[in-house]
Amino acid sequence: MSAYRVQDPRIHGIKTKIRVVPNFPKPGIMFQDITTLLLDPKAFKDTIDLFVERYKGKNISVVAGIEARGFIFGPPIALAIGAKFVPLRKPKKLPGEVIFEEYTLEYGKDRLEMHVGAVEPGERALVVDDLIATGGTLCAAMNLLERVGAEVVECACVIELPDLQGRKRLSGKPLYVLVEYH
Amino acid sequence: MFAAENGLRGDPRLEAISEAIRVVPHFPKQGIMFQDITTLLLDPKAFKDTVDIFVDRYRDMDISVVAGVEARGFMFGPSIALAIGAKFVPLSKPRKLPGKVISEAYELEYGTDCLEMHIGAVQPGERALVIDDLIATGGTFSAAIRLLGTVQA
Repeated sequence: MSAYRVQDPRIHGIKTKIRVVPNFPKPGIMFQDITTLLLDPKAFKDTIDLFVERYKGKNISVVAGIEARGFIFGPPIALAIGAKFVPLRKPKKLPGEVIFEEYTLEYGKDRLEMHVGAVEPGERALVVDDLIATGGTLCAAMNLLERVGAEVVECACVIELPDLQGRKRLSGKPLYVLVEYH
Repeated sequence: MFAAENGLRGDPRLEAISEAIRVVPHFPKQGIMFQDITTLLLDPKAFKDTVDIFVDRYRDMDISVVAGVEARGFMFGPSIALAIGAKFVPLSKPRKLPGKVISEAYELEYGTDCLEMHIGAVQPGERALVIDDLIATGGTFSAAIRLLGTVQA
């Protein structure tokens, strides 16, 4: 993203609607709360529109959203571009046969699951989440899609925390975000 | 059945929606026939029809809040909210929402769970919808209604 990129006038309205909650979930973390954005119908619509304008007509057939806040942004994008929506979930939530990808947390591991058969080889996919921090979850999501033969066209997030360098964990896959917090 | 009572008799979209939902036996435990809506989400037309049916019903009812129950309510609620010009309010499991919350307990088969909502998200007098993928015993819905009632919506 170029420093000289002309900012879409809707971005400022979106950024001001995101609430920062200090020391959540633990001391030292400045949590980026998108629920306040969802309380403003125009700003929420603008958020979705910015993604839809970027991805419509690009032959994307899959929007994969990461539980749970990816479930808020992913489906409206999917519906608008005519793609299917695929939820990527915490363990044991999906009822059918799944494949999973493990990823590391600050302490310990977690895993992300996807239904077998949801995505076909050769499909073009987006991964959507509200925020990218270290990139661990997005990286696991991309791996799941690539393992079933899909092409991850881009990762799309509302917010990036560039200081955590999540972009580097995406193996060169493009990342598109609307706002950054330093 | 329900379709007739809700004035949807003969709506040609319902059959495809119903067929797109997959039943998974014995999930999460023996004896439960789990209604899996993820297969509905894989069918863009059926998913769009689902949202459209709700939007057609609610768009002129002066509704300013769509509250969705985590997590599958998040898959349906926001699209409805966007289409009718309402705000979307997530109702979450404990300790997920970062700001100040109010909470309501509800009964599970064994034990209790809790639903939370951000303080200030909903104002007194607002007209609200509660959305989820499915209603079973109604425990979660009842907690959601109590949460909205607490703030006089």
